[in-house]
Amino acid sequence: MKRTIPFFIASITGMFFVVAYFIPYTASWGEDKVAVWFDIVASIAVILGSLNLLKMSLKKISDRRPGWGYAAITVTAFAATLFVGLGKIGVNPSEKYPDFAWSGNHLENGSAFWWMYQYVYYPLAATMFALLAFFIASAAFRAFRAKNAEAIVLLGTAFVILVGRTYFGTVLSGPLPEDLQFSALTGTIMSVFNLAGNRAIMIGIALGTVSLSLRILMGVDRSYIGSE
Amino acid sequence: MVQSERKPTATLDGRRAWQRKQEHTFSRRLGNRGQTAGKPRYRTHRGFATPRPRPPKGLLHTLLPDWRWQIVLAVVFIPAVGSIAAAQPPAPPTNVRVEDAPNDAGTKLTIRWDLSPDDVAEPESGKPKVVRYDILRKAEGEDEFKNAGQATSQTTETDDPNCKRGTAYLYQVVAVGPRPDGESSEPAVAAQAVRPVMQWFKEDRAWLSVFLILVGGAIVYFIQVGRSGRPLNVRKIAGLEAVDEAVGRATEMGRSCLFIPGILDINEMQTIAGLTVLSRVATQTAEYGAKLEVPTSRSLVMTAARETVQASYLGAGRPDAYVEDDIYYLSDEQFGFVAGVTGSMMREKPAACFYMGVFFAESLILAETGNAIGAIQVAGTAMPSQLPFFVAACDYTLIGEEFFAASAYLSGETTQLGSLKGQDMGKVLAGVLLFIGCGLATLAAATADSVSFVETSDALAAAVSFLTENVLGTKGFLP
Repeated sequence: MKRTIPFFIASITGMFFVVAYFIPYTASWGEDKVAVWFDIVASIAVILGSLNLLKMSLKKISDRRPGWGYAAITVTAFAATLFVGLGKIGVNPSEKYPDFAWSGNHLENGSAFWWMYQYVYYPLAATMFALLAFFIASAAFRAFRAKNAEAIVLLGTAFVILVGRTYFGTVLSGPLPEDLQFSALTGTIMSVFNLAGNRAIMIGIALGTVSLSLRILMGVDRSYIGSE
Repeated sequence: MVQSERKPTATLDGRRAWQRKQEHTFSRRLGNRGQTAGKPRYRTHRGFATPRPRPPKGLLHTLLPDWRWQIVLAVVFIPAVGSIAAAQPPAPPTNVRVEDAPNDAGTKLTIRWDLSPDDVAEPESGKPKVVRYDILRKAEGEDEFKNAGQATSQTTETDDPNCKRGTAYLYQVVAVGPRPDGESSEPAVAAQAVRPVMQWFKEDRAWLSVFLILVGGAIVYFIQVGRSGRPLNVRKIAGLEAVDEAVGRATEMGRSCLFIPGILDINEMQTIAGLTVLSRVATQTAEYGAKLEVPTSRSLVMTAARETVQASYLGAGRPDAYVEDDIYYLSDEQFGFVAGVTGSMMREKPAACFYMGVFFAESLILAETGNAIGAIQVAGTAMPSQLPFFVAACDYTLIGEEFFAASAYLSGETTQLGSLKGQDMGKVLAGVLLFIGCGLATLAAATADSVSFVETSDALAAAVSFLTENVLGTKGFLP
């Protein structure tokens, strides 16, 4: 029963929205109305996640497991952010309710929460993102090794694209006819071969989505609700 | 006095002013004080002449008797007056007609009009006389027209999506000139009020419904074929064959398996597909006795993943091996989550990593970290932009449809494999359409300039148009 009722709810709701997509009056329900329900459920579920994060981190600290120091930093940052955000530290009262100290917006410029986002979170996220440049270099080094014929084609194509998107490529292939210049070859590769490949993948994805959806809605595949 | 009678300047206005003063002086001497009755003769600076009738003094002379201020005022004021005179309101648009918008819930009307004669694409003066059109409407029962929207110049159509079903609306369109004056034309009124009507079927999705019925029907049919017990052959997918190998390797090495179901929430189809694969991987880890870790970036995914893994352990007969805390939430923030996962990977060094779901920039960070620790990696996603990263950094990658087929493939059940057969029928249909479309387009292009095949060329062009605009487009079921 624990799994049957959710299955029926999911199945009937799913079938309804498949049909609703083709009726003008209900076509946007899936995107508008149900999205609001989902947001409400997801917002409440954040509490579950946060409590789980706290529980796991505190347990790690308590057990002195490897990396418990990171868990301590997580808990401290969690508590500090919660305190600053809920306490609206450094937030001015709003113009509408000037007599109430907490009436301002917690995201107000200059507030402690804003400061933490601007000067702590944002640089940290940017640092993580910047690592991508090094990872791309190391992955490209491995991927473009000319081990066999396919890898040589890949390497050649990558070279044309890479050079074709730089000023160096324009200068290098300047004397060649226009259609054979790196920039033109790059355009052809991207708009013909790459686009065709992408569209083939997209058609496969669309068919795969239909197939998986029908398996789930018909109850053939119930593994997502934890049942064989 | 002598000095005052001196000619003030050499300019024309200066001479006239001096002349006026002379006339005034002589007139006083003769006792006429400007009267012309009896036509007295008096001397001017050019000698005697018949006195001309003098215009009466106006307001300007009264307010600014000094001629120099009059010149300044003229220089400043005359161009301004000229520009105001030039800012005529533009001509109104013509032939305003209103129709019910198709394929809607009866809340939208389409307003069309012919351009104002003053709305030209490249005006000679360089300044457009029409910058936009204001749409005004009056619902039945209302007394005055209210603003219902705007459209830019050179536009002849707009929608009003804020109508009430069943209410009749009368529309006006007004051409508006440029700022600062923004002169509006006379309103052009539609011939009659129109009532929006609700349709019961979205005709622009007619062909989509046909394809859905065909593909869905094929999938359902082959699922039934699978239920009947008929054996179905499905091609091998190397990435999924490797799941067993990866879990076995982790078990042998005494290390854990890491499974990441993407970074989006449970409402994403790829996340669900990831959970179906997780179910199979969890079954394997339960059977082999390997540790499975599932960090998630969404609370709901964590809850669903726990249910999935618990059921898999139960199904494998190892409920005791299930550890709830191994499926945990880290952070909703993309790079916060990545930092947590990669840190954990570097410390615990899992032997097998599975990335199944929606990934963005973090795909390569995760896969390269996994590569650095020597883990065997299997990835699956339907994000075309991330596939090259996974292909470059992982051992096996499930591309698009393979990812959605993974759950059915791994289960080995004929009913689920039947759905893959149905999916293949969809591919056949897509292939046939592609072949027909490309063939027709090529023939149409080849015969376009041919004099001998005019009728054939027209028929081919019509067929291509039908394929692109109706079958693949939104023009409805038939042309």
